[in-house]
Amino acid sequence: MKFLCIPCDRVMEFAERQLPGDGTMAAVFACGGCGREVAMLTNPMETQLVSGLGIKVGGRTVPEQPLETAVSGMKAGRADAFADAPVAAVGVTWSEDAKERLSNVPSFVRGMVKRIYTDWARENGVAQMTPETMDRARTELGLEGM
Amino acid sequence: MRKFRTYGDVAAPEAEKDVVGQVVAQIEKLAARLAPVKRIIVVGSGKGGVGKSVIAANLAAALADRGLRVGAVDADLNGPTLARMLGAARERIRVDNGAAVPPEGVAGIRVMSMDLLLESDTAPLRWRNAGERAPDPATGDPGFTPPEFLFQSTFEAGVLREFLSDVAWGELDALVIDAPPGTDKLVRLLQLLPRLDVVLLVTTPGEASRFVVAKSIRLVQDAGANCIGIVANMTSHVCAACGHETPLFQDDRTAALASDAGVEVWAELPFDVRLATSTDNGRPFVLQDTESAVALGFRRMAERIEGTENGRVEGTENGFISRGGAEGAENGFISRGGAEGAENGT
Repeated sequence: MKFLCIPCDRVMEFAERQLPGDGTMAAVFACGGCGREVAMLTNPMETQLVSGLGIKVGGRTVPEQPLETAVSGMKAGRADAFADAPVAAVGVTWSEDAKERLSNVPSFVRGMVKRIYTDWARENGVAQMTPETMDRARTELGLEGM
Repeated sequence: MRKFRTYGDVAAPEAEKDVVGQVVAQIEKLAARLAPVKRIIVVGSGKGGVGKSVIAANLAAALADRGLRVGAVDADLNGPTLARMLGAARERIRVDNGAAVPPEGVAGIRVMSMDLLLESDTAPLRWRNAGERAPDPATGDPGFTPPEFLFQSTFEAGVLREFLSDVAWGELDALVIDAPPGTDKLVRLLQLLPRLDVVLLVTTPGEASRFVVAKSIRLVQDAGANCIGIVANMTSHVCAACGHETPLFQDDRTAALASDAGVEVWAELPFDVRLATSTDNGRPFVLQDTESAVALGFRRMAERIEGTENGRVEGTENGFISRGGAEGAENGFISRGGAEGAENGT
């Protein structure tokens, strides 16, 4: 899929991705010639289909997690399928609101999601995860549905 | 009508990093993961209920019993049984260095199965339905639930790829893959694999099975495999008391199936109630009664498989039997037909 700026006859470049958290996705593409921007909006089904391919629109920004499609795509998985993996949580705390939001993530995928968020916080110098920083991380990392 | 450039005009390899680049990276990762595996063995059929999983489990056990390092992939995502049969049921997966470390079952066989991820033994595999919209009585919106089949095959193909590429298989002498029933799913699996070293197709002597397996043979041949064997299961009943052998089918057409398709019958396994009973409980029968006729059949298959390595069969003149490993292929994933010089596996 590409977007062509017809007046400039240039292929628009990926600029930004937003994940509102309702299963939809917005990907912004910009023309390097005139600066015009367009937003591609996908519905939840389209977003999920792309997710099933193991592909991230605009490219991957976080290292792939093992068995990512299986774990994030299943409706109900085994909570203790994975042996406890050490989460590099040093220096990162979670607010009560963030903990509550994390608790809404299905238990079998929660460990993986927490690990991704925590790694992002450490890399970005974020000391505490809050719902706001979770939103930021989700958008930056392209964590559809997390 | 306005004239402007179309996708074909603007597509260029350097601009394909978004989607095509990610798909190529997936293929390369899978090929790299399976490169240290000496033999990839697919046990399929196309037909359901012929004993594929029992045969895959016992074959894996027979190979491990010969001292080989063996892995087993349960590609039957909707009816997974291999983890249980190999004594790894409810074992946990570790994550190490960005890869899933598979649990070990009997004889040290490394196992990956959807069984390890499902919440219970009776839980069916279901996928999140992101497009679901709840009814809203206030507006009269009846709601909408998109049918799962719209994305089911996409997710299943993705999970199968992850079972092969995201798992730390390490150096294996043999990776046994238990294919799902259905000729379409068999083909999907074959297309995913970088090499097809040995494909064993399981049949029973009945006509219904024969016709389905005949279709599978053609599909497997089209996929580029030329080391294909037939395993005839439940061919006869051996009396436990006197040893008298009685055919279970009046007209065994296995030999005709093999000769018509130009493939060999690798084994004819008699019906032995202990085979399923023992294997279903996590004790592959081949390790329990090593002198039985069934066990002998598995040991012969294992011995024959050990004679193949890196796509070559010892003693053959033409060498390569699979799509992979061809000279000139950079990453071992080459196009159908084994064209030399394929660069990126697409």
